[in-house]
Amino acid sequence: MSDTNFDVIILGGGPGGYVTAIRSAQLGLKTAVVERDHLGGICLNWGCIPTKALLRSAEIYRNMKNAEDYGLSAKGIDFDLQKIVERSKGVSKQLNGGVGHLLKKNKVTVFDGAGTVTAPGKLSVENKDKKKSALTAKNIIIATGARARTLPGLEPDGKLVWTYREALRPDTMPKSILVVGSGAIGIEFADFYSTFGAEVTVVEVFDKILPVEDDEISKLAQKLLGKHGMKFKTGTMVTKLDKKNNQVTATLEKNGKIEQITVDRVISAVGVVGNIENIGLENIGIKTDRGCIVTDEFSRTNVPGIFAIGDVAGPPMLAHKAEHEGVVCIEKIAGLSAHPIDKSKIPGCTYCHPQIASVGMNEQTAKKEGREVKIGRFPFAGNGKAIALGEAEGLIKTIFDAKTGELLGAHMVGAEVTELIQGFVVAMGLETTEEELMHTVFPHPTLSEMMHESVLDAYDRAIHF
Amino acid sequence: MPINILMPALSPTMTEGTLARWLVKEGDTVNSGDILAEIETDKATMEVETIDEGTIAKILIPDGSEGVQVNQVIAILLEEDEDASALDVAAPDPATKPETVNETPVATASPVPQVAPAPATPIAATGDRVFASPLARRMASQESLDLSAVQGTGPHGRIVKADILVALEQGTGKSVAQAASPSASAPKAAAPTASGPNARELADLLGMEYDLEPLSSIRRVIANRLTESKQTVPHFYLSVDCEIDKLLAFRKELNASGDVKISVNDFVIRAVALALKKVPAANASYSEEGILSYKNADISVAVATPTGLITPIIKAAEGKGLGVISSEMKDLAGRARDGKLKPEEYQGGTFSISNLGMFGIKDFSAIINPPQGCILAVGAGEQRPVVKDGALAIATVMTCTLSVDHRVVDGAVGAEFMAAFKTLIQEPLSMLL
Repeated sequence: MSDTNFDVIILGGGPGGYVTAIRSAQLGLKTAVVERDHLGGICLNWGCIPTKALLRSAEIYRNMKNAEDYGLSAKGIDFDLQKIVERSKGVSKQLNGGVGHLLKKNKVTVFDGAGTVTAPGKLSVENKDKKKSALTAKNIIIATGARARTLPGLEPDGKLVWTYREALRPDTMPKSILVVGSGAIGIEFADFYSTFGAEVTVVEVFDKILPVEDDEISKLAQKLLGKHGMKFKTGTMVTKLDKKNNQVTATLEKNGKIEQITVDRVISAVGVVGNIENIGLENIGIKTDRGCIVTDEFSRTNVPGIFAIGDVAGPPMLAHKAEHEGVVCIEKIAGLSAHPIDKSKIPGCTYCHPQIASVGMNEQTAKKEGREVKIGRFPFAGNGKAIALGEAEGLIKTIFDAKTGELLGAHMVGAEVTELIQGFVVAMGLETTEEELMHTVFPHPTLSEMMHESVLDAYDRAIHF
Repeated sequence: MPINILMPALSPTMTEGTLARWLVKEGDTVNSGDILAEIETDKATMEVETIDEGTIAKILIPDGSEGVQVNQVIAILLEEDEDASALDVAAPDPATKPETVNETPVATASPVPQVAPAPATPIAATGDRVFASPLARRMASQESLDLSAVQGTGPHGRIVKADILVALEQGTGKSVAQAASPSASAPKAAAPTASGPNARELADLLGMEYDLEPLSSIRRVIANRLTESKQTVPHFYLSVDCEIDKLLAFRKELNASGDVKISVNDFVIRAVALALKKVPAANASYSEEGILSYKNADISVAVATPTGLITPIIKAAEGKGLGVISSEMKDLAGRARDGKLKPEEYQGGTFSISNLGMFGIKDFSAIINPPQGCILAVGAGEQRPVVKDGALAIATVMTCTLSVDHRVVDGAVGAEFMAAFKTLIQEPLSMLL
């Protein structure tokens, strides 16, 4: 019988859980992870990573089709959907094995099975053969993540109405798709299917796509994505789905006006909800609120010795938030002087073409709060590298506090902006003002020069525009 | 990391106290809120609670120790899962003065290794450099906050925006104005109010009634420069009694004949200027680069104004007669009271005179006005019994005390100057030469 008593047990082996486990082991704590499915969680197996693999195929396909723009010729350009999906699965599998190796290297014990908290400090794990084992730990960290939200009338069936799971592994390329929800997940799938020729319509209940982004960025993104073939219906609700043999007719409503649209498939991407069921929260009276566990700044729940991190502990539901939250949580448990995560400085990325990336406060929020701000804008059309890449569409926008020069937020749409945003995240984390950013040397020729120019523009000093 | 338990300050004015009794012993486990010890001050006995939990590893100050300095390490707490080997990294707080350790012997057979003093928790204000984010620096400068008074909570004790917001809310470091000194010799930034108990906090604490008048810039400059002077300039003092009956008689004659009214102070200015000419070593300033011996005797004369003290200057006074000195002084003093002096009329000066004789002050010691080397404090001329040729007699005596910066003027030089001054004052005719 293997060891069953630990300093720390983490329930859930997703990006939050496994990173926390490794940090825990580094701190010398005896650590175990309980995972019911695959190490790496949704992120690695069903989310962030496999979609990036699909979108990379889409990007190369798009570039091949545009080969002539670059003086190249390519004939008979085609794709094999099964091979695209296989590649995506292969990427996940490789990384999934990597996580297992990392946990082993750090001497973290992994229990395969579904874990339930039975009492403070006690956990029961049931494996696939229904065999139960009892574990004990001084500290239990719940990191069970989230799953797709389902709306009444829009319940996915796995055949005609998909969630991200089916959308990741299509058998055939549908001719037409209705994507419900224009958040990151919806827009990324819309981009993938649109690039491979499907007629894609995105429905969004808010009056703009990418509702959490800066208004100006959302608007520009909608324009650019629309130019590439996507259709958008904002301020619109899906009220009914009529399923036929191999098609779905959706009833849409906008301001009382009814419209019907018939598509091959529907992808439901209306957000995610925390996995708070069947893990024993009720056994110990853990407080929850709107589908998430209530925690303090160090991820402590209302029950001593029980912690919650990542999606299950509330928004923003992002892998990098979960990882960082987990590290802060375990360092606090280990008695280190941990600094709580600053949720105003968590970046967000969407990997459509062109990409979207942002961090911090957007313009509409700044205005709503009545803040005096200075706003800088720089378009991709003014950047040499962007033009050389043939990616001259996009915008980098920066928002500063007018009085203190604090960088409040940065918002980007355009090629590779998901790789650029981190520069501003570091700047915000170090509390730089416009002055330090202006004095920073940005390498030429790069897209990052636009970050510099955007800062300069906020103070009416932009050079190339 | 072991936690140092420090001698707490039980009141704003407490600097030391008696550790009356420990209520825990080494090896005891304590939880947040537990009473560790009883501390006595001259005013009260109070209990010390722990805010941390862990095990009492070492008690460094035994029961009944008197004169324990505030912030001295009195015990060391080990956190959960730490063993005694962690003590090797525990160090006495830098606030612990070695001499106080000697006064209160450490009652342990195996003393805790006294490794190089390292703060138990990162403290921003180690060394001269204050670690602060660019945003924190800008906010502090916009709000005139002294960053060195702000406690940093960022990584490695770095001061971040949140700390500035807290400081602004609590008023920490706020009173240190940028007090742009009109003086060429920039005073140290350190605020005179930064040390010692804060008068306002104390008054509020004790419910005392008061009016608060915001500091004027001249008041800030006075505070800064005199604090700097008293703290950094090694003063010593030389007093002489001068008989001024001859001077008073001479003055009476002069004032009766001319249209100018020459004051005793005008004589003092003239006497100082001539004495400095005789003993030029007293007309000097200390600087890191060397001793500055001034070519002229520029005499700063302290004038009380409604807003505070100011020192207009009689420049090159050694070349000016009593009449010129008198009329210049009247003009300068008048404009000083009206606040109409030009900076060049009160900046500079090589030697100061402060005269409180008109208020009946017998004698006093003045604070040197940096970077000058000396200041002469002049008391009232009054009739006193004196012994002359073995018999008691009456004379009008004026006591003058010279405050001297010992870095630049030694005792003998100061004494030589005072002798020269006394001769001039007592034999006023020699001043006409």
